[in-house]
Amino acid sequence: MLLTIDNVTKSWPGETAVPVLRGASLALAAGETLALTGESGSGKSTLLHLVAALDVFDSGEITIDGTALSGLDEAGRAALRRERVALVFQQFNLIPTLTVGQNLAFHARLAGRVDRDWIDRLTGRLGLGALIRRYPEQLSGGQQQRVAIGRALAMRPALLLADEPTGNLDEDSSDAVLDLMLELVAETGAALLLVTHSPRIAARLERRAHLAGGKIG
Amino acid sequence: MTGAAALALASHWRRHPLQLFTLLAGLALATALWSAVQAVNAEARAAYARAAEQLGAAGYDRLESRSGAFMDVAAYVALRRAGWQVTPVLEGRMRLGPDRVTVVGIDPLTHPSLPALDEAAGRVQPGELLGPRGLLLADAGTAARIRARPDLPPVVEVEQIPPDTIITDIGLAERLLGLPGRVSRLLILPDQPQGIPPLTEIAPALERIDAAARSDMARLTDSFQLNLTAFGLLSFAVGLFIVHGTTGLAFEQRRPVFRTLRALGLPARRLTVLALAEMVLFATLAGGAGLVLGYLVAAALLPGVAATLGGIYGVPAPGSLTLRPEWIAGGMGMSLAGALLAGAQALWRLRRLPILAAPGQHAWGLAAARTDLALGAGGLALIAAGGLAMVLLDGLIAGFALLAGLMLGAALLLPPILGLILRLPLPRRAGAPDDPLAEWFRADMRAQLPGLSLALMALLLALAANIGVGTMVASFRLTFTSWLDQRLVSELYVTARDDAQGAQIARWLRPRVDAVLPIRAVELRAAGQPVFVHGIIDHPVYRDNWPLLDAAPGAWERLARGEGVLISEQLARRSGKWTGARLALGPGWERIVLGVYADYGNPTGQAMVSMEDLLEHARNVPNRRFGIRVAPERVPELIGALRAAFDLPAGALIDQAALKARSLEIFERTFVITGALNILTLGVAGFAILTSLLTLWSMRLPQLAPLWALGITRRRLMRLEILRSVALAGLTAMLALPLGLVLARVLLSVINVEAFGWRLPMHLFPLDWLRLLLLALAAAAVAAAIPARRLTGVPPSDLLKVFANER
Repeated sequence: MLLTIDNVTKSWPGETAVPVLRGASLALAAGETLALTGESGSGKSTLLHLVAALDVFDSGEITIDGTALSGLDEAGRAALRRERVALVFQQFNLIPTLTVGQNLAFHARLAGRVDRDWIDRLTGRLGLGALIRRYPEQLSGGQQQRVAIGRALAMRPALLLADEPTGNLDEDSSDAVLDLMLELVAETGAALLLVTHSPRIAARLERRAHLAGGKIG
Repeated sequence: MTGAAALALASHWRRHPLQLFTLLAGLALATALWSAVQAVNAEARAAYARAAEQLGAAGYDRLESRSGAFMDVAAYVALRRAGWQVTPVLEGRMRLGPDRVTVVGIDPLTHPSLPALDEAAGRVQPGELLGPRGLLLADAGTAARIRARPDLPPVVEVEQIPPDTIITDIGLAERLLGLPGRVSRLLILPDQPQGIPPLTEIAPALERIDAAARSDMARLTDSFQLNLTAFGLLSFAVGLFIVHGTTGLAFEQRRPVFRTLRALGLPARRLTVLALAEMVLFATLAGGAGLVLGYLVAAALLPGVAATLGGIYGVPAPGSLTLRPEWIAGGMGMSLAGALLAGAQALWRLRRLPILAAPGQHAWGLAAARTDLALGAGGLALIAAGGLAMVLLDGLIAGFALLAGLMLGAALLLPPILGLILRLPLPRRAGAPDDPLAEWFRADMRAQLPGLSLALMALLLALAANIGVGTMVASFRLTFTSWLDQRLVSELYVTARDDAQGAQIARWLRPRVDAVLPIRAVELRAAGQPVFVHGIIDHPVYRDNWPLLDAAPGAWERLARGEGVLISEQLARRSGKWTGARLALGPGWERIVLGVYADYGNPTGQAMVSMEDLLEHARNVPNRRFGIRVAPERVPELIGALRAAFDLPAGALIDQAALKARSLEIFERTFVITGALNILTLGVAGFAILTSLLTLWSMRLPQLAPLWALGITRRRLMRLEILRSVALAGLTAMLALPLGLVLARVLLSVINVEAFGWRLPMHLFPLDWLRLLLLALAAAAVAAAIPARRLTGVPPSDLLKVFANER
């Protein structure tokens, strides 16, 4: 298995800790696509952040390609994000001071895996060829999300994590972006874990899992 | 509606207390430094006014010699005979102990009422002042020094006399000053008789000066006070940079609130008035705090100012600090004006804010380019205006206008220049790994420039002022010390109790030493200013050691023959008389200028004539001081022998090293205030960087979080944050260096010449620049480290909020 989530718990600290995940478990094979659904506040994004090593869990274990996340320090977690996992957020989170072309290549360059041909192909497939010298704030929401997807896939990750990637887009743009993402994921052979609250989008992926009461059903 | 809107606006400050503190602190600091300088200047002016009143010079028109020299008593007699009701005053300075005091001689029978005479009326009869021995009036401190000199007449203590001043009968003053038959000015009494002949008929060499004309003291210290005011303005401008930056940031952050309020029906005019009222409230609060701070700074600066004014210019030193209503009103006015000036742009944008326009319409790159272009054009225009002022105006005002244009123009040019530097391609070794972080780092620095530019401008101004003033002072010190080495050639200086003892000492010394050089001088008025005229004997020591800036052929030989005069550079510049011109030293005493010599550190003009020439025109010049040339190793032995033979007190024998130390001490005192204000300005600039980074911090987290998500550790991001601040400060410091050197050149070649009357060579001090650069880098690193350290402590949950979908 590429990704294994085994009985993971997470609580938000406070005077009385608020449990969010109460023993969530999941497995994902290389090249698989899975949609994780759930109500607002159910802990979908929290689980995604734990898998991305952006946050640490209280108990249980997450393993990515044989690496147990509980054994990693901050530098190790940063290296994992840099080299093996890629993220696509609802808010795009592009770097506003870099051009589209620089944003597209940025993660691959951080990982030390720049494949110019692949990036050029990606740019063409994502329809960003004419926008390469623009800055993110000069693009529409759909265009920005295409840049974010391109940035994530340019480094050929083993695992792509997407958190409501079409949440900020209208229905037409949303469908177009999702089509592209699924095509490119299939082309790279990456596994995809996509968080969404939309049954319509979830239905487009190979597998679906539902998070409720802190557990995956 | 208004109350609700005000509440919404105020809620921003509750959520951003640090920003509120920055705004108030910036405004308070600006007000404080400006008010402190104004308080010091007001005290100095009050001291001059008090002294003028105590000396009876206030309120009366006066007659003075057109040539600026002393007038002959014959002119006074002629005017009295013609019916003019005038009273003579003779004023000069004499040595009393280690320092000089001002002697004011009056005619007690005709002089208008004097506070000092009124106070002494119960204890002194007018006749006593006119008696054969005479009587001196002085304050307690001066009186004590007079009593230590048995050769002087008795003294009566009077409170209402400025320190270091003696009032006495004009006849006695003539004797004390060695100026028989001389008069400084004639006071024109009220109630002049009808039909008196005009002045041009009786005494055409005299001119009438209006009572309202400013006193000599005020004119003498003009340059000093203008310097202080310029520094105060610079500090004020640096403080306003902080305020402008903060109000601009608050505007950007509140833009959604403004739009919502407008959308909910609040008229644009009401919104602008509310924002204006908020600014006035802040200006009032910060102005009050600034005044308290300014009072404390002024109280700390005042002793230094008093030392400078008293020690260097010889004018009455300001006393204790008093709270003046006009000072409080001025400080509050400046705070209000400063807040409105700094916030004007935000208010203007608020007034024109459309309700529906989306924020961030302009592309980042394009907007930055347009701003750079506007700043560049504004900067060049200001520099050109400064240059034009130098061509069109005269004097100190022109010099300061040039400085203001240069400094502000360079500050405006800073962001576009930094932007250009950051766009330059980095040299990259072939085969070196591609570094995306370096690319991001440079792009991010360019993006942060608008937010930091005001703080960097403040840093540029403070560093350039430090380099400029530091270079000026250090160049001055170097020139001054080497000049002192040349000028103070005698190994020992002796001061006798009186002329008789002086003659005995000279006789005793002649067979025992290489040379005895009498130091005899009289204070006169020449070219409208006080001038010390020294008489020198014909001795090779002068021509070998006295550095002349300009000289006629055979100047020393002609001087020895009594054919001319050598004058100091400041006298030459102020009077416009250079080699070949003629200078009137008194009635019937006009000499050709044979040369000009440097006389650094002395605000009073100086001239040298042959000893015979001096004694012919000022017979009673004291003959009590001598410079002695002797082998240095014999100095201790000679001091012991002189003490044993003449019972001389310790202060009467000063060796060369001690005299140099005393001269350097006076020199250092001149720049004590400059140094203090320099450090304060740099401190404010450091504070500006810190506050900018702190206020920008809330906007910074969303910019850094994506990098963290892409695998850059928080510790590395923190290091990059500090490096960014240090790199920008370093680049600013590099640009401040040429600006500082230009500033130093203007100070040395324009301001010093106008203010003090001497032009100095410029020396460069790279080690001082390195020290300042390191200081700037350290300040930037500390300022960046304070907010950046939070990055390592930020819990991941806070960073994750940046990516949260429901944020």
